[in-house]
Amino acid sequence: MGDVITNLSPEEIAEIEHEIALVPRRDGAAIDAMLVVQKHRGWVSDESLKAIANLLEMSAEELEGIATFYNLIFRKPVGEKVILLCDSVSCWLRGYEDVKTRLSETLGIEYGETTADGRFTLLPVPCLGACDRAPVMMVGDELHTHLGESDLAMLNKEGASQ
Amino acid sequence: MTNRPLTQNIQASGAPAFIQAYEANGGYSGLRKAVSEMTPEGCLDEIKNSRLRGRGGAGFPTGMKWSFVPMGDKAGPGHKYLIANADEMEPGTFKDRLILEQDPHQLLEGMMLAAFTIQADIAYVFLRGEYVLAAERLTQAIAECYAAGYLGENILGSGYSLELRLHRSAGRYICGEETALINALEGKRANPRPKPPFPQVSGLWGRPSIVNNVETLCNITHIITRGADWFQTLGRGEDSGTKLFGASGNVKNPGVWELPMGTPIREIIEEHAGGMRDGYQLRGFLPGGGSTDFLTDQHLDLAMDYDVIGKAGSRMGTGTMIVLDDRNCPLGMVRNLSRFFAHESCGFCTPCRDGIPWIVQLLDQFEQGHATEEDIALLEEKAAFIGGIGNTHCALAPGAMEPVNSALKYFREDFERHVTEGGCTYHSAAGRH
Repeated sequence: MGDVITNLSPEEIAEIEHEIALVPRRDGAAIDAMLVVQKHRGWVSDESLKAIANLLEMSAEELEGIATFYNLIFRKPVGEKVILLCDSVSCWLRGYEDVKTRLSETLGIEYGETTADGRFTLLPVPCLGACDRAPVMMVGDELHTHLGESDLAMLNKEGASQ
Repeated sequence: MTNRPLTQNIQASGAPAFIQAYEANGGYSGLRKAVSEMTPEGCLDEIKNSRLRGRGGAGFPTGMKWSFVPMGDKAGPGHKYLIANADEMEPGTFKDRLILEQDPHQLLEGMMLAAFTIQADIAYVFLRGEYVLAAERLTQAIAECYAAGYLGENILGSGYSLELRLHRSAGRYICGEETALINALEGKRANPRPKPPFPQVSGLWGRPSIVNNVETLCNITHIITRGADWFQTLGRGEDSGTKLFGASGNVKNPGVWELPMGTPIREIIEEHAGGMRDGYQLRGFLPGGGSTDFLTDQHLDLAMDYDVIGKAGSRMGTGTMIVLDDRNCPLGMVRNLSRFFAHESCGFCTPCRDGIPWIVQLLDQFEQGHATEEDIALLEEKAAFIGGIGNTHCALAPGAMEPVNSALKYFREDFERHVTEGGCTYHSAAGRH
């Protein structure tokens, strides 16, 4: 239990135990437990992963296998806001590739990278289900639609001013 | 009485209908009717008689799907589960978002009625992680239902109890496959399970479970409230009810509209979507999401009915069309889709895990001008094998090959031109967007 005490906050442990109580097996809460930690810390570090596995009474290796399956569980640090740029077919038809180019130029990062100021991480994401407003992306919790050049300039301004 | 039941609470402003607005428009009268006047068997008969077919893509008769759930003592001790598949991730599909964000109670009432019919005591909404606004609104709506006595112990004094929880997914397209979704709900990697056993018998935690698409469950609300006979009058063709149809791509007015089943494709693309954007011509379309076969202008007068589209060599799928224009390369579109499917393969079955990346590699060769005539035949051969039913656990690989096979059929000259002209000629087309 040493890992649990040193690596997870009492708040995190309480939230994870709440999830565990809803399922018949402790390891049934694996995904929710990692999302709890990610909500508090932004990502799931090796130390967090081991502590969660301990709490769920499963091996860290098995939990890692689950963590790396899911694209919304981050096993590396991410910026304050994650940009999820839709790269699926309807956004392709409406020119998302040009958006990607401008976004990378504006922020100075490629997919999987974080801006030097730590504000944004850029990732591709499958179809965001807003194809009538393509091209689209998520910036943190917010959906941005009908992406054009001005939207990206604004993002840069937001990034620089804060 | 509206003949557009699914969108009766949808406001153009995007404002959500919470419990007051939902009830003011007749909401939860179906639940009251079911728990006070109807038996689970009676509800099942109504759904069977409605001839409702699943709106998530496969079009399986909903009543028949439910009829395999063991009832009473046959179910054995323990829970039964009803799960709403709100993991909308099929490329080009954006219909369930509308209901999840703007009319969450419609889904919840449908779930309650479905759960009552199969006598489930626990229900889940399995919601894709990126649907943040939907999560907020569902959370509020669920809390309203517990406060109103529509959820929890002894619902409306009927003796029936149901607990309903929201599960926010951590991603991956494969979670939309019902057995993969069940594995994800159990906290595991979302690899699809072999069938049998089917989830109706052994699903979540080995217990009887039903997984239905959001739109399918919303229809349940109206069928129970207004009856199967009324529901059957809504369709224009063979299938009953209405459907959330949509169109995206370079059409003038992309969007989603509730229309009768059997609405002609031409009406959807030309009237509702306003036709092609100025300067764009229609080349073809995927009728119901990224894993359906291309159709072309020769199919515009077909009705959007499951069997009609099936006979034309495609699938109605989710009913949200992706329209290809003449300024975008058909190979490029198929390459984008194939990359998606290669990335989203769960990796369990070899033809899917290794085969789809092979298709991507071949399409890259066409794009870069390294493909030969023989590569067209090779592409055909690989696509036939990867897409072969029974070669993989689930439908991801067969679905992935539908746009590939049909592109080879309808846009063959484009493949040949990539060989003869040494690559893609669309890039040089001025003012592509």
